[in-house]
Amino acid sequence: MTPLLQISGLHVEVEGREILRGLDLEIPLGETHAVMGPNGSGKSTLAHVIAGREGYEITRGVIRYGGEDVSELEPEERARKGVFLAFQYPVEIPGVNNTYFLKAAVNEIRKHRSQPELDAVDFLSLMRDRVKLLDFDEDLIKRPVNEGFSGGEKKRNEILQMTVLEPTLAVLDETDSGLDIDALRIVAEGVNRMRSPERSFLVITHYQRLLNHIVPDRVHVLQDGRIVESGGGDLALRLEAEGYGKPAAVPA
Amino acid sequence: MPEQQRTLGAAEVERLVEREYAYGFVTDIETERVPPGLSEDVIRLISEKKEEPQWLLDWRLRAYEIWQGMTEPNWAKVSYPRIDYDEISYYAAPKSAVADGPKSLDDIDPELRRTYEKLGIPLVEQQRLAGVAVDAVFDSVSVATTFKEKLAELGVIFCSFSEAVKEHPDLVRKYLGTVVPHTDNFFASLNSAVFSDGSFVYVPKGVRCPMELSTYFRINASETGQFERTLIIAEEGSYVSYLEGCTAPMRDENQLHAAVVELVALEDARIKYSTVQNWYPGDKNGVGGIYNFVTKRGKCAGARSHISWTQVETGSAITWKYPSCILLGDDSIGEFYSVALTANRQQADTGTKMIHIGKNTKSTIISKGISAGYGQNTYRGQVKVLPGAWNARNFSQCDSLLIGPDSGAHTVPYIDVANPDAQLEHEASTSRIGEDQLFYCRQRGIDPEEAVSLIVNGFARDVLSELPMEFAVEAQKLLGVSLEGAVG
Repeated sequence: MTPLLQISGLHVEVEGREILRGLDLEIPLGETHAVMGPNGSGKSTLAHVIAGREGYEITRGVIRYGGEDVSELEPEERARKGVFLAFQYPVEIPGVNNTYFLKAAVNEIRKHRSQPELDAVDFLSLMRDRVKLLDFDEDLIKRPVNEGFSGGEKKRNEILQMTVLEPTLAVLDETDSGLDIDALRIVAEGVNRMRSPERSFLVITHYQRLLNHIVPDRVHVLQDGRIVESGGGDLALRLEAEGYGKPAAVPA
Repeated sequence: MPEQQRTLGAAEVERLVEREYAYGFVTDIETERVPPGLSEDVIRLISEKKEEPQWLLDWRLRAYEIWQGMTEPNWAKVSYPRIDYDEISYYAAPKSAVADGPKSLDDIDPELRRTYEKLGIPLVEQQRLAGVAVDAVFDSVSVATTFKEKLAELGVIFCSFSEAVKEHPDLVRKYLGTVVPHTDNFFASLNSAVFSDGSFVYVPKGVRCPMELSTYFRINASETGQFERTLIIAEEGSYVSYLEGCTAPMRDENQLHAAVVELVALEDARIKYSTVQNWYPGDKNGVGGIYNFVTKRGKCAGARSHISWTQVETGSAITWKYPSCILLGDDSIGEFYSVALTANRQQADTGTKMIHIGKNTKSTIISKGISAGYGQNTYRGQVKVLPGAWNARNFSQCDSLLIGPDSGAHTVPYIDVANPDAQLEHEASTSRIGEDQLFYCRQRGIDPEEAVSLIVNGFARDVLSELPMEFAVEAQKLLGVSLEGAVG
């Protein structure tokens, strides 16, 4: 079966500087993969280029999603096809109510899928349901998007958005950074509850500790813009013990 | 890797802010107009057409005399070629509307009725805007006023200014020019000399006006100016909420709109005045558009009176406008909530004056400027506290949102305090719509145009929430539409 996400030979430049240098990655539907790597290895670039951010130029290679080349698609088109990015630094949108924002997003996606739009009442009950499920403060959904949120609240808001938007591929970009252990547990539970044969996760992280809570099917090591090693969950433990250090021997 | 910060490039912004003006059509209707040029004879002619009493003609002529000795103000941060006041026609009216005197709602020229339907303002007393009474001003005359009879049952007078001069001359004479005198400033004096129509509102003692009153101003004829005058009087303990809207056809010429609005609030009265201004803004290169040079002022004459101005300014090539409050009564309150949006080559210099005279007077100023393209937006405001204004309070907040690298925002607050007891707070901020905000919205499936609209509306929320419900949605859409790109 075609993997849900299939990246081959991907080279990406940001402001003229090559960040990804021939990256290959495949994630079958229903699996959770972790990409680990030191600072500057290209982790966030990978997350952004999958989501289609402007300024991330693909010079070579291809990104396939559900078998389709999505390299040229606009970010919103990818989102409507089920790609979700949980941001490392969620953005504040002052004055825009969190619920209103998410309702706009859900209805854009539903429109794209020829589903009827949700009205305010239906949507609010969906929100309430998810909020309860995630043990979030209900106050959060009435406030402007991320405005005045603590770091932890912002990350939890990303997960809340994910559970409402129900993506097919969720990319979590260093979602664990800045979280205390309780927040980490809540976020991880939110993710685990969503794991299903119909959904894949790409968990991007610097540290192994998140992977104690979200146990991946595969772990990949990203270094200097390439996947240099892949393995099972034990690979993460080994990296934690040994550090990234020198990459395993890679053909030059 | 730290998240990359990038501002929006000029091309991106141009795509996002390219605007389509939905109300740019011209109504093909026979128009009666006076030839261009301004003179005593023209003023006499206008006054004669309106069958005005001698005192009003004299008042106009005094204003004209004073105006002739005045120079056009140039302190605003706006630039435009010199206006030739002899090239403007000062009176234009649809023939069908002026023939045979005032019309009942059933007898309105179908062409005019269609025009207002196209503008979304049905001139009938049922349907969508059932809770709103409308006075429709077309070029220099009022063509229809709805719900007049129903309001009259409560003693509320809502009619065109011309009708008020005829039917309620004592009220007009008592209050006209008491807030904005005929000597006030260049554009107000010009207006006093040539004003043709506008709305008149009188709310008697203790009456809470049960519906929104609104005037819809439409400029249609070319090479004309519109000079309307609005006078609202709220007697002791009364309440009224009033809204004005405005549009004009798309033309290459610039047209002058120099209006005067006077509000009088007596003891314990409250006037809520809202504006959704959508005059033709000119094209992408700044050709054409309305010069909106307007004097608006309210007098909180009685103790505990309360006047609030709310404005959403999205149209006009140039806006020069400072809705102000004279806080004369003790414990009176003045408020100014403003959103001004300038795109393409639009310029806005707008703000307010809060003059604290009475004791315990309070004022609030919330100004939100949005600039896109080459748009220039200036907040200019004055808070003045006179020696007798003990315990005066002011809070001012001026926020600017920039879209794209070529837009500009400026804040010019004047503070003039002559009482040691006054407490004034001023906050200001400037921000940009960042690529990161746009990407965040798009990653959630939202179109870039929709995203900009969402961000702009969020920025303006504190002001939009002050609008009457019926119009908040309209204004919200307008802020979206004004920034809508040609998608594709």
